[in-house]
Amino acid sequence: MSTPSADRIPSPDPAPVGCRIGARGISRSFGPVQANVDVTLTVRAGTVHAVVGENGAGKSTLMRMLYGLDQPDAGSVVVDDELVALGSPRAAIERRIGLVQQELAIIPDLTLLENLVLGQEPGVLGRIDWKAALVRARELSASVGVEIEWTADAARASIAIQQQVEILRLVYRGADVLILDEPTAVLAPAQADELLRLLSSLRDAGRTIIFISHKLDEVLGVADRITVLRAGRTVAEMVRGETDRRGLAALIVGDDSELVESTTARGVPGGVVLTARGLGAKDDRGIARLEDVGFEARSGEILGIAAVAGNGQEELAEVLIGIRAVSSGDLALDGVSIARKDVRARRRAGLGYVSADRKQEGLALRLSLADNSIATPAMTSLAGAGWLRPRKVAEHVKAVLGRAAVRFGSASDPASSLSGGNQQRVVLGRETIGEPRVLVASQPTRGVDVRGIGYIHELLRQARDAGAAVVLFSEELDELRELSDRILVLHRGRVAGVLGPDSSRSEIGALMLGDEGQAHAA
Amino acid sequence: MIDLLLASAITLSVPLVLAALGGAVHRRAGVVNIGLEAHMILGALIGAVVSGLTASWALGALGGLVAGAISGALMSVIITRLKGNEIIVGLGFNIVMFGVIGYVLRAAFGVSGTLQVPGLQRMPKLVIPGIADIPVLGALLSGKDPLFWLCVVLVPLLAWLLRSTRWGVRLRATGASEPASASLGLRTLAIRDGAGVIAGALAALGGVALSLGTVGLFNENMTAGRGYVALAAFYFGRSKPLPTALACVLFGFFDALQIRLQTVGGFSADIISTLPYIAVVVVLALTGIRQHYRGARTVS
Repeated sequence: MSTPSADRIPSPDPAPVGCRIGARGISRSFGPVQANVDVTLTVRAGTVHAVVGENGAGKSTLMRMLYGLDQPDAGSVVVDDELVALGSPRAAIERRIGLVQQELAIIPDLTLLENLVLGQEPGVLGRIDWKAALVRARELSASVGVEIEWTADAARASIAIQQQVEILRLVYRGADVLILDEPTAVLAPAQADELLRLLSSLRDAGRTIIFISHKLDEVLGVADRITVLRAGRTVAEMVRGETDRRGLAALIVGDDSELVESTTARGVPGGVVLTARGLGAKDDRGIARLEDVGFEARSGEILGIAAVAGNGQEELAEVLIGIRAVSSGDLALDGVSIARKDVRARRRAGLGYVSADRKQEGLALRLSLADNSIATPAMTSLAGAGWLRPRKVAEHVKAVLGRAAVRFGSASDPASSLSGGNQQRVVLGRETIGEPRVLVASQPTRGVDVRGIGYIHELLRQARDAGAAVVLFSEELDELRELSDRILVLHRGRVAGVLGPDSSRSEIGALMLGDEGQAHAA
Repeated sequence: MIDLLLASAITLSVPLVLAALGGAVHRRAGVVNIGLEAHMILGALIGAVVSGLTASWALGALGGLVAGAISGALMSVIITRLKGNEIIVGLGFNIVMFGVIGYVLRAAFGVSGTLQVPGLQRMPKLVIPGIADIPVLGALLSGKDPLFWLCVVLVPLLAWLLRSTRWGVRLRATGASEPASASLGLRTLAIRDGAGVIAGALAALGGVALSLGTVGLFNENMTAGRGYVALAAFYFGRSKPLPTALACVLFGFFDALQIRLQTVGGFSADIISTLPYIAVVVVLALTGIRQHYRGARTVS
C-alpha cells in the first residue's frame, strides 16, 4: 500500500547521514484509517526537531512507533542510521530513547523526588539513599535551569512542574533522545516558554529532541528542523529560517478541497436565552478555575468559546450543564435561575450537552445504539406507566439516528462498534432531536476525521437554525471562526474579550494569551 | 478495673493489628483484601494443630504464617494473573475457607465447631519485672504474648520500609498508579503478589494470636468477623501503619468493654456483644464524612 511519494517531499536528503532517530517509508493503518503512509523522518543528533500537522495527521502514531509502543505495517524505524525493529518500549529505552506522552506518567501519591528515581533508586541493600537521590535531582534541575521543590507531593505540583519532572526522569534514566507529544498543549504561555527553554538547554547539552506542537510560533522559535505531516504523509521537511508562519500554516492545511462543502451562512440571533453573571467555579482540587464570567447567548446563534487548554473552558462547559457546581454568580435560562438545579432539571428545562469526553460521558459504549439514543430525560415520553413502549422507542431511535445520518448496522449493536465520528453523530442526534433551547457542545469534533467534522458542523448549524443558543467549545480556532457568530475568549478563568466572527487567528490568539489590549472588538 | 479493661483491650487488639497491617500493605499495593478473615481462620487452625504436634507455640506460629502466606499467594495470583475481581475473589475465599475447615474438622478430627488439640502449647505471657506493678503501664506492656511485641516492632518497621526502601516506594507507586508504574518498567504484578503474601501471612498470624493466645483451642467461629474489622481499621487508618494500628486498638477497646459489660449485667448480652461492630460502622461513617468535607481523595 505504500506508494512512492518522494515527489511530495520538497527538501529531504534521502541518504540518512547522521540520523539519530527517524523513519524510512513507514506506513501504519488502523482498520480503514491510514494513520501513516510512507512517512520519512530524519532527526539529527543534538537538534530540536518539530513535527507538525493537523489533528489526525498521524503525528502521535509516528511517535508511538519511534518508542516501540506500536509497530509499522511497512517501512522501518531508524536508530543511529540503522533500520531497527523496536518491539517494545524496553527496546527503545535500551537505545536511550524516551517518550513523554500527553497523559503524564507521574504518580500523584509520591513526592516528585520519588517519582524521579522510581525504578532506578540509588542505595544499597534495598534501602534508598534519599540524600544521594536529592543531590542528583538538584544537579539535574540546576543543569537545565529549572527550579523544582523535589520533596513536595506530586499531586500538589502544577502540570508544568510534573511535566518537567517527567522529562528529567527520562534524562535521569539515561535517555538522550526525548520525544514529547504536544508538551505545551496543557501549559499556560509562561509555562510553555519555560518548557521551551528547558528543551533548548537539553539540546545544547547534546540531547536530541522531537516535539509535536500545534503552536506554530513556538515551533518556529525553537525547532532546528521541522517536518510537516498531512493526512498521514510527510509533505515537507525544512530547516530553521526556511519558512515563516504563513508558509508553515499553508503546508499543514494543504488545499481545502478535501473538506465537506459547508454553508457559511451565519445565524440570525434572536432573544437572549442563556445569561451568565459573575460565574465562578472550582476544580476537583478546590482551586478556582472560573472567576466572574459573564455572557449572554441568544437564540439562533453559535457562541464560540476559545481558550488555551487549562484556562477554564472545561469547567465552564461542566458548569453550564450542571456537572460542576457553581461557586459564585448566577446562570439563568429564559430569565429563570438554573444555577442550583441539577443536570436532570436543566435538561428538562431545555439544555442539551455534547461532552468533550465522548467515550465516558457522551455515550455508554457497551450499550446499544438504541439505548444510547433514548438515554435522556426525554425517555419519559416514550413510556406509559413506567414501561417503555417498544414501538415508540423504535420510532425515536430511528429519528435520532436518521437525523444525524449515522451509518450503522443494527440499532442493537453496541455504540463501541461505530467509528469516532459516527459515535459523535449519535450524541448530536440525541441531544438535538428535542430542539433544545441551549446546546452546550464541548470539543464536538475532537478525534473525528475530516469528513465526520463536516457532518457535525452541519448538525450544529441545524440546531442553531432551529432556534437553539449553541455554546461551542473548541480547541480549533478555525472551527470557531467558521461556525461562530461571536467568539468569547477565556484567559485564566476570566473573560478576556468577545470578538466577531471575522476576527483573525492572531486577534483571537492574542486574547487567548492574555493580551487584553484589544478586548470587546465586537 | 481500668487496668483489667486496658490489658484486655490490648490483648484483643493484637489479632486485629496483625491482620490490618497485612491488609494495609496489600492496599498500598492497590488491592483491597476482603479475604483477611479466611487467612485468619486458616492461621488459627494450622497454628493450633502444629503447636499440638510439636508441643511448640513458636513452630505453631510459624506453621500458621506459612499457611497464610500460601493462601495469600493463591488469592493474589487469582487476582493479578487470572484477572479475578478482588472483591469477589476475597469473598469467595472467605466462604470456601470456612466450608473447607468445617469439613476438615469433621473428616479429620471427628469434631464439629471446636477442636481441642492435645499437647497444644500456648504462647507464653511475658511478664516484665518492675513494669508489671506500675499501674496502667503494667497493664499495657506486661504479661503480653510474643505476637504483641511483634506488633510493636512491625508498626514502625513497616512505616520505615514503605518510606525508605525500594520495595516500599515501588509498592506505593504500583498502588497509586499501576499503568504509570508499569510504563516505568516496574514488575507491578509481582509487587502485588508479594504484598498479597504478606497480607496472608500477617492475617494468619492474627489467627494464631487467637488460637494460641488466651484460650488455647480452635473454634471455627473464633475470628467472628475480625477480618472485616481489620478491613475497616486500615480503611480508617488510610493504610498507614500507625493510624491503622491505633484504629485496631480502638476496636479492641470496644471489644474489651463489651466483655466487661456482659459480666456487669443489666443489658441483653446479645445487644452488648454488637458494640464493637457498631463502633466500626460509626467510625467508618465519621471517616467518610471527614473525607467528604475535606474533598480529598486519599488512599483508603
